[in-house]
Parts: sequence; C-alpha cells; structure tokens
Amino acid sequence: MATAVTSEQVEKTIYDGLVELGTERGELSREASLESLDVDSLDLVELAQIVEEEFGVELRGDDVKDVKTVGEVIDLVVAKAG
Amino acid sequence: MRRRVVITGVGAVTPLGVGAAPLIERWSAGECGIEDGAGRCREFDPLDFLSRKEARRSDRFVQLAIAAAEEATAQAGWAEGLPYEAHRIGCIVGTGIGGLGSLEEQQRKLIEEGPKAVSPLAVPLMMGNAGAAAVAMRHGLHGQTYGVVSACAAGAHALGDAARAIRCGDAEAVVTGGAEAAITGLAEAGFAAMGATSPSGISRPFDARRDGFVIGEGAGILVLEDADAARSRGARVLGEVLGYGASCDAFHLTAPQPDGSDAARAIELALADARLDPVEVDYVNAHGTSTPLNDRSETEALKLALNGRTAELPVSSTKSAIGHLLGAAGAVEAIATVEALRRDVAPPTVGWEEREEGLDLDYVPGAARSLGRNGSRLVGISNSFGFGGHNAVLCLAA
Repeated sequence: MATAVTSEQVEKTIYDGLVELGTERGELSREASLESLDVDSLDLVELAQIVEEEFGVELRGDDVKDVKTVGEVIDLVVAKAG
Repeated sequence: MRRRVVITGVGAVTPLGVGAAPLIERWSAGECGIEDGAGRCREFDPLDFLSRKEARRSDRFVQLAIAAAEEATAQAGWAEGLPYEAHRIGCIVGTGIGGLGSLEEQQRKLIEEGPKAVSPLAVPLMMGNAGAAAVAMRHGLHGQTYGVVSACAAGAHALGDAARAIRCGDAEAVVTGGAEAAITGLAEAGFAAMGATSPSGISRPFDARRDGFVIGEGAGILVLEDADAARSRGARVLGEVLGYGASCDAFHLTAPQPDGSDAARAIELALADARLDPVEVDYVNAHGTSTPLNDRSETEALKLALNGRTAELPVSSTKSAIGHLLGAAGAVEAIATVEALRRDVAPPTVGWEEREEGLDLDYVPGAARSLGRNGSRLVGISNSFGFGGHNAVLCLAA
C-alpha cells in the first residue's frame, strides 16, 4: 500500500477512472456533481474497485451514499487513506 | 374481427453489413459474409450508435440489438417520437445465449483476480433479457418487455409472442427480434465438441457436402404494429405477420426428430393461424443450418406440412450467406423473408451444388430468381428450430 497518498494522486486516479467509465475528461472538475456527469451507483462501485486497487482503500456503499461531487469523492479517499 | 399485425420497420446488423438493405441485396447477389470460418459483423462499430459509456455497459449482443432497433424504429417513422402511448408499446427480444463474451471475461477475472475484481456490470451485461431492457430503455417503451430464450428459435419465438401480444390487444406495437454475439472461445469449443459446427468452415445448407453450421453474430429487429393503428397514423407498411406456429420435438437435447413431424406441425400451425392453404405459399426461408441432421429432417418436415406441394416451391437458406446467427437467426431471417417477398425474389442457397438422395427440394441453386408475383401479395414461411427441439415458424406476407 502506498504510504503517502496525496490529494493530487487521488485526483488523477479518480479522473482517469471516471474517463475510463465513459465521462468526458473536459467535463471533470472537483466541483462537478456526480449527477451532472451521469455517474450512478454502478459507476461508484467500479470507481471504488479502482481506488482499492490503487490505494488499498476500501469504500463501502455507506461511505459514498451522501457524496455529491467529484471533489467530495477525492476528499473521502484521501481521508480514508490517511 | 381479428386484429392484424403489420411490419412497419426492419433493422439488421449481419455479416453482410450494417442494415437490412445490404442483407437482402448482397444475399440476393449470391455474396457470402463468412470469413475464416465465422460470420462476424466486421463493419459494425458500436460507437456509431452508442456513447462510450453506453457501449461499455452493453454486451456485444446488446450493442447489435440497439443498432438494429435504431434502423427499424427510424424506418417506422418513430424517430421524432412514439406514435402510441409508451405503455402500449412492448419490447420482446430473443437470444440464444445472452452476454456470453461478458460472462467469460468476468469468469476469468473471478478466477485470476478473485471475487472483488468482478464488475458490478457482470450480471446486467450477461443477462439474457439485456437486449430487450436496453432497447426499451433507449426508446422509452413501457409495455410488456422481456427476453426470449429458445436457442436458435429465439428470434422467431420473440416475433411470434410480439404478434400475439398485438393481436390480443395487450399492445398497439412491439419492437421485437433477436440478437446474438457468441463467437467466443467457450461457444466455439462447445459447439465443436458436439460436432455441430463445420470443420471446413463452409456453410452450404442442403448440399451433400455439408459438414455442420458456421457460427455467426448479429441482430434483427422489427417494428410490429396493429394494422388499423398503423393505417390511422399513415405508416408505411412493409409486410404482415399472417401466422405463427410453435411446437416441440421432445425427442433429444440437440438432435431433431428425424421424420420432421413436430417441425411439420409447427409449419401447419403457422399456416392454419394464417388461414392459408399450403398451395398459397410462394417461398420458404428454411432454417437450413448446413448440419447433416437439420437439413434432412427439415426437408422431411416441409414435404409433410406442404403436402407434396414442394416440387415447384423455392426453398433457400439465409445461413448460406451469413452463417448461423443462433438466437438472432429467426428475426434476421424473418426480415430477409419479408424483404425477399417485397422484392419479388427468391435469394439463392449460396454454394449449393451437390444433391443428396432424399434432399430433393428446389433449394434455389446458383442465382436468385423471381417469385413470379402475379397478385397483390406474396406469402413466405420462415422456419426456426432450436436445440431442445423447439420449433417456431412464421408465416409472412409482403
């Protein structure tokens, strides 16, 4: 597991992951809402798999149920990794 | 009076190209889309029809169904909106196997990387009703929607169900057909292991040299509508589903009943449903798989059901041009049948050369020929028979 996970590293992984799942890169920002990006519960599960693979952080359904924006996903992963 | 069911749109993706037109035109010209022993839809690019996100959420069989449905609904004039209340339009799409490629990929992940690596899309990708679900969701169809699974008869069973749903008043219209994308390691190995597929890689139905079917992929989707409703909205009618008959051999898991008696009964039921006499049939689109067993028992079935009327009746197999599209075959071949009738043409059984004793029908060797239209409509039957002994026959007119 990575020892020091920075916000930048997480942002890159989340952005790359969302692009892989079909989001256009140009639409991505920390402020963008998951709803506006058409990111649904299935996407979040896939994103959680990518995050766990990369940082060893396990995101559960309860963790992400109130997350509204891309930035909140990033912050959540950084917090859990810390 | 009984409600009549008309066809107002057709769409196909086959080894002969993207669209119903290349299917009928290239087949009628005697072309064959099989390469390297398989009928792949080489010209199909899912991103022509789907966003990247939609494409990765769809197995290839679903992508093919969506593309075919796009063509069919556009031809029916639905591009600007649905002509009936959404809950009065159903969606019934058959498949032999479902998302087999996705299943194999997820199974590999499970074994190699463990359960946590399995995608949350695994089940929705592989489920057999995924084609019906995706087409209904894309077009906002809220009527009865489900998948039909009956091996190589699935496409025909789906059309039969759809026609019945309209006839009995459950729906004003149904988007229906079949889709398959099973040119995968498991399916190829399994079919080869049972000796069903052709070692030579050549699909030549009814020919003495035939040695098995050639696996193909694709989709065929039709828009069926209540005839009065279609007329009221000024729809262009391409053809009509006159009748449907289905039966089961209950004989063997894979082999057909050799005397063709149950397949013959399905043909008789379809004709009775259409209120037609065998003498009124102008063309037979055979199941004609190119397997030694099917082509013989189907020939027997046709002789039985059509009462010796078969001597002058053209019988040809679309599979000679595209291979066996499994659960999509019945729908693609129904489209081929309607388009052949519309064009007054009996397309050939491509590659047919050598007669086998007992296989003595007119398999339309060599080149396409006219059906000799001399009335307002031509009538054809399209046979589909699946492993399990499932027989489904459609009687169509154009």
